[in-house]
Amino acid sequence: MSLELVLQYLVAGLTYGTIYAVVGVGFNIIYNTTGIINFAQGEFVMLGGMTAVTLHAFLPLPLAIAGAVLVTMGVGALIEVTFIRWLWKPSVLRMIVITIGISILVREAALHLWGEQVRALPYFTGDEVTSLDLGGVRFSPQVLWSLGVCLFIVVALWAFFQRTRVGRQMRACAANRDAAILCGIPTRNLVTLSFVLSAGIGALAGAVVSPITYTHYGIGSGLAIKGFTVAVLGGLGNSFAAVAAGFLVGILESFSVWLLPAAYTDAVSVTVFLAILFFRPSGLFGSREIARLKAY
Amino acid sequence: MKKTPILALLAAGGAALAASPALAADEPIKVGALLSVTGPASFLGAPEARTLEMLVEELNAKGGVAGRKIQLLLKDTGGSPEKALSFAKQLVDEEQVFAIIGPSTSGETMAVKPIAEESGTLLLSCAAAEAIVNPVAKWVFKTPQKDSHAVVRIFQQMKKMGVTRIGVLSSNTGFGKAGKDQIAKIAPEHGITIVVDEVYDKAATDLTAEVTKLKAAGVQAVLNWSIEPAQAIVIKNIRQIGLDVPIFQSHGFGNLQYVKAAGAAAEGVIFPAGRILVADKLPDKHPQKAVLLAYKRAYESRYKEDVSTFGGHAWDAFHLLVNAIRAGGADRAKARDALEATQGFVGTAGLFTMSPADHNGLGLDAFEMLVVKGGGFAVLSN
Amino acid sequence: MLRSRYARIALLAVAVVAVQLGAEAAGKPFYLTQLTMAAYYTLVAVGLSLLMGFAGQISIGHAAFFAIGGYASAALTTADLGPLRGKALVDLLARAGALVPRTDVFGGEVLSVHPWAAFVAALALAVAVAFAIGIPVLKLTGHYLAMATLGFGIIVHSIVLGTTSLGSADGLGSVPPFPVLPGLMVGGGKAVRVENYYVAWGLVAVAMLLLTNLVRSRVGRALRAIHGAEDAASSMGVDVARYKLFTFVVSAALAAVGGVFMTHFTATIGPGEASVMKSVRYVAIVAVGGMGSLWGTLVTSAALNFLSLRGVFGTLDDAVFGGILLFVMLFSPDGIVRLDLRAALRAARGRLAPPEEAA
Repeated sequence: MSLELVLQYLVAGLTYGTIYAVVGVGFNIIYNTTGIINFAQGEFVMLGGMTAVTLHAFLPLPLAIAGAVLVTMGVGALIEVTFIRWLWKPSVLRMIVITIGISILVREAALHLWGEQVRALPYFTGDEVTSLDLGGVRFSPQVLWSLGVCLFIVVALWAFFQRTRVGRQMRACAANRDAAILCGIPTRNLVTLSFVLSAGIGALAGAVVSPITYTHYGIGSGLAIKGFTVAVLGGLGNSFAAVAAGFLVGILESFSVWLLPAAYTDAVSVTVFLAILFFRPSGLFGSREIARLKAY
Repeated sequence: MKKTPILALLAAGGAALAASPALAADEPIKVGALLSVTGPASFLGAPEARTLEMLVEELNAKGGVAGRKIQLLLKDTGGSPEKALSFAKQLVDEEQVFAIIGPSTSGETMAVKPIAEESGTLLLSCAAAEAIVNPVAKWVFKTPQKDSHAVVRIFQQMKKMGVTRIGVLSSNTGFGKAGKDQIAKIAPEHGITIVVDEVYDKAATDLTAEVTKLKAAGVQAVLNWSIEPAQAIVIKNIRQIGLDVPIFQSHGFGNLQYVKAAGAAAEGVIFPAGRILVADKLPDKHPQKAVLLAYKRAYESRYKEDVSTFGGHAWDAFHLLVNAIRAGGADRAKARDALEATQGFVGTAGLFTMSPADHNGLGLDAFEMLVVKGGGFAVLSN
Repeated sequence: MLRSRYARIALLAVAVVAVQLGAEAAGKPFYLTQLTMAAYYTLVAVGLSLLMGFAGQISIGHAAFFAIGGYASAALTTADLGPLRGKALVDLLARAGALVPRTDVFGGEVLSVHPWAAFVAALALAVAVAFAIGIPVLKLTGHYLAMATLGFGIIVHSIVLGTTSLGSADGLGSVPPFPVLPGLMVGGGKAVRVENYYVAWGLVAVAMLLLTNLVRSRVGRALRAIHGAEDAASSMGVDVARYKLFTFVVSAALAAVGGVFMTHFTATIGPGEASVMKSVRYVAIVAVGGMGSLWGTLVTSAALNFLSLRGVFGTLDDAVFGGILLFVMLFSPDGIVRLDLRAALRAARGRLAPPEEAA
């Protein structure tokens, strides 16, 4: 396999990886603050893409995307307030099943709202056939946009968690919820905020990737599973390891096409996931100690 | 919303549970429809359902057929064979439908075929598998063109263009698999060598990796066989990595929506299809032109979306059935015989001529080779 | 009154017969078809109810076992081993009477595996897979366990969808009927509709007998101890891992039996039977029926599957199950259909137990 081919597969892997990374980060934000694995995470990505396309019909592209992000954030808040907020010490089992139910409802609502057709935003720069040439490797400029947005999300989140008061409060909440409550941190609102943030980044990623991958009502569940794989792979709760893990999974899938029939690509990432679960559940970058000590 | 008429019909159908006695003179003729309106095959089932609703309304407004109206009992199978089976039994045993149109996919049709045969109910499938009509079953017919004919036309075109080494991509659906099998079987007869043969997941969102493999193998053309929007993704990826060879698609590309989705990447894509897609570009004397234009205008003005070849399969099934009833009366055996005796019926997919040995009725010429030009379809001229 | 498990099974038998006679009398004998299919889905549901309710292990991938059973028996009974005559294994099978000639769709002579042999093989495969998967998976807890089962379900789905010899997206069809006993065929013909109905519900009755016995036995007590407090149970000498695995395998076997019989009844199986959505539906049914309640699950499964198969939910089929699941988990996590001893006991015991249990 020539170097050019390797690089081409690598670029393809980075493309898939962006979206997995963002979904994984979204999982972690909610998990850190609440201990909930949010199955509806993939639906946020779907909503971002679909809403952006609908808004784009009468708004210029940047506004359409911003609008989509806001709308999806609203949906995230709505979900939290309606379904999660008033539950009293729910068991893990119950929460998983509840978020599965939520994701199904969101998906069916999308189906009946938008129909079964696929939609996509136009390419941000150029069109469907423009491609950049980097040392013999050709790819669409949209890939750079995706990577850029992913980077922006990561940096913005880092700044938020490290530098702002609210961000630090969320980290306190994640470290020890009861202590946070005792310190007077409004944990209930922070839970809502975590959903809002996750929804927002999911929507943004969904919008920026839609020209490449298309969006339709059913993409959410597959993404949720991949996202969870990525989050666990990086070490559940370790926000930024999820980014690395996301790209890793994307690259793995891409290279697997070389060896296996493409129809088994999904099975590859799931197998990796199961392997991690069985042999190193704290993830590649997580610490076994911390994983065991965590309240959830 | 578009779904409302379907839901209303479902409610109506579900409410009518009483078994009806032998069809009385003024009672409507019950026609069942098993379509994948939602689910993975909704690209087929949804246009088919809309077409049927539209046609039934039109026909009933004109007084129906043989003095009786048609009552359409539409069931959404969601693409699942066990549901198709359950609904088929329901339609046959409870509603005692005169005939069933559909299902939309081959897997479902094969599940339902024995029920139709056992009960002596006409089944006009909108699915493409050869196995549906080969071996011929007495009561089972299909309206889509043969996959093998599509493949032959493509290979003929390739030969004209001097292409001998190709890469084949197909999706892991029934349609994709059927195509892949036909391609592998027929390629040697036309001197075509398949250098790379990849199957991808129908929900794949980016196929750059697969396409890279094709580029590395140095193929002279790419043949993609899928029916989902993945076919738009494939052609984008091909152009983006700079693989500048002719791209051939299956007749599953027969919806302007896919061209729009693929944008500039779709320019120059060649594929066989029913002539509905170029209805306005046909010469006026062409036997199909009037029929196609009428369908296109009615569908597009009512549903505000582009007409496709898939909805056309339901159009053909419905009109073939209605003509059979006209010729043979509302009697199952006679209608079946009339259906089998169809000669030169002008449908959207082509001209149908059936026989006891041929329950499909379409030949090689049912397909027209089309090319995407300027964001629309045009007839390919060599 | 209804505490005796034999009384309940007798009640089930009476209900089954009553429904059949009733349907006949009302002129709707065709309901039996959907009820038969619902029965096979119920086998999966009650097995899952045992696993989730008594052993407290969630499985969001149980449809995979149904699919394994169905596909294995479909593949074996439709395969043509004729060309392989002369190979040692094939001849051995032929001598053991496991092979049977039949005519295929095209009228040609085909040598396939006898449905009984296929059934045994399918069941063995499902059990083997359950062991292989169960051992590592059941060491996990909480959401890791849930995701692992989900992952397993996805892998099986990918395999059946991606493998050409298993029919890929179209699945396998023309599966021959299953001659369970001389003169008793599990198959789709109208003539044998009533027999098939009784076979299906008979199987369910047998399964309930088995499961209720299990629950009241030592195994059941051990399971409840594990569910209540795993560490405590372990320190008392209960071999937690062994019991969890046992339950997992039993529920997998039941699901596989459902799969085999359903496949012969409908003469077909498709990859949709292994999908995530199917697994979620089973979980929804168990949740509504009450996680610890076998009978609650049975009633729920029969009702919901029957309605779904009749198309009552129309295009909202998935939404209904999702909505039900959500509703139950939000408001009534112990289930709605409380036909079970456990809930009654807990209520009687008052607030001794914490309001929510840890899974």
